[in-house]
Amino acid sequence: MARDATISRVIDAEKLSLTFDANDGPVHALKDVDLAIEKGDFVSFIGPSGCGKTTLLRVIADLEHPTSGSITVNGMTPEQARLERAYGYVFQAPALLAWRTIERNVGLPLEIMGLSAAEKAERVARTLELVGLDGFGRKFPWQLSGGMQQRASIARALAFDADLLLMDEPFGALDEIVRDHLNEQLLQLWQKTGKTICFVTHSIPEAVYLSNKIVVMSPRPGRVTDIIESDLPAERPLDIRESKRFLEIAQRVRTGLREGHSYE
Amino acid sequence: MTGALSRVFPIATVVAAIMVVWYGFTVYLNSPWQIDRYEKAGIEWQMGDLVRDTMAHDRPILPAPHQIVVEIWETTVEKKITSKRSLIFHGSVTLSSTLLGFAMGTILGIGLAVSIVENRAMDKSLMPWIITSQTIPILAIAPMIIVVLNAVGLSGLVPKAMISTYLSFFPVVVGMVKGLRSPDPMHIDLMRTYNSSRLQMFLKLRLPASVPFLFASMKVAIAISLVGAIVGELPTGAVAGLGARLLAGSYYGQTIQIWSALISAACMAALLVGVVGVISHVTLKRMGLRA
Repeated sequence: MARDATISRVIDAEKLSLTFDANDGPVHALKDVDLAIEKGDFVSFIGPSGCGKTTLLRVIADLEHPTSGSITVNGMTPEQARLERAYGYVFQAPALLAWRTIERNVGLPLEIMGLSAAEKAERVARTLELVGLDGFGRKFPWQLSGGMQQRASIARALAFDADLLLMDEPFGALDEIVRDHLNEQLLQLWQKTGKTICFVTHSIPEAVYLSNKIVVMSPRPGRVTDIIESDLPAERPLDIRESKRFLEIAQRVRTGLREGHSYE
Repeated sequence: MTGALSRVFPIATVVAAIMVVWYGFTVYLNSPWQIDRYEKAGIEWQMGDLVRDTMAHDRPILPAPHQIVVEIWETTVEKKITSKRSLIFHGSVTLSSTLLGFAMGTILGIGLAVSIVENRAMDKSLMPWIITSQTIPILAIAPMIIVVLNAVGLSGLVPKAMISTYLSFFPVVVGMVKGLRSPDPMHIDLMRTYNSSRLQMFLKLRLPASVPFLFASMKVAIAISLVGAIVGELPTGAVAGLGARLLAGSYYGQTIQIWSALISAACMAALLVGVVGVISHVTLKRMGLRA
């Protein structure tokens, strides 16, 4: 992995802009976004809808192409990074294939990469265990609850051992109890694996609880208004959300959101 | 038992209602001729005589259901299969061209759908022609197909099956194109993040996603394949097949024969659609989709 001096820099964006051509004129989804994400960071992107947080994630994933500016992923262009399968992507919905069992869904990327059956089975079993779904491999997606389905989709993104995990509001559709539980698990997973995680959310507590870096964004045009380095300890029980430091950081995020967003 | 009963009961009610109306019309439609005969022969008649006699004509305007049942019984169970009057013989002729035409139509339909989905030029150029093909009345084009294929030396089963193919490929193309395009953008993005090839995208995503659509189309396709086979039998000189029975019946005013061929065709269509339905159900269930 040692490519050059900036080994630890996973994502590096400068003056990144993206404009969509809509029927009623151009939409500035991203404007002059500067961003640096280091190896092992857990970065949350937070902002109201339309602030370009999902678009930014999709640019990193090479699912959208910037209009101007530059971005590198693992020191490569996003396209090269995608071709090298440098990241796992978790969508807003589980997006499991209905005709595949959970283990075959998790094995899908491995199948596409042409891994041997033995290695595939071993990795599927390992990642299912990692997300607490061991024993559910033979079930079809509809037989699982929404939270379990989303965990299966996280397992799928982890299955091929990419160092970067891109998550687009993965828990947005789940109820709060399930969400708390998955947040805890995700945090443990991050500590266990040391992966770099980019996490899009519109929940302030979720962003503060999970991340060591919070990117606050605002809409029209989509831009970064604040980047907050969180100094919360690595060990984070759920009740850390009641602590003074947590609330201070949450307050700063809230202020950032309010400043960037006009409600007129 | 209540489950079976609750399923049978609505169907039985409808059948009973149809029977009542049918018998009513049998008496009503056949009575002018019957009354005329009574008067010419100077026979005194009662209502009971009229009802009985209108249901016993050799060539009624509308045969009674039991006459059709008797005719079907006589021409299936009581006739040798090799007989030219056996409905089983005629039915099997129609069935074989239906199945051949359906198989060819399904393969052609899937092939066209794949090329339309995978190739932009095909998408632009092919679809209008496919739709146009179905605006031509099949009754007009069927004799042409028979004549043209006969001129190039094809006769018998294949030309008739071609007419079934002509009708049945259409729902398969339409359903299959929709099915192959049914994966949502998220799934397509997902496959892109894995750097999957076009072939992998097709085999692992588009094709399995299209299966429920394919079966829905095949149910329509097999029913109209039967229609195509019957229509294809009309211009061949009424040699064999249910279509031939219909045509021969109308030449000689054999209404009971026409109706028995019609009812047999309807039963065959129901059976064929049912078989496709069962295969569909089993397949989708095995794929883990709730059919």
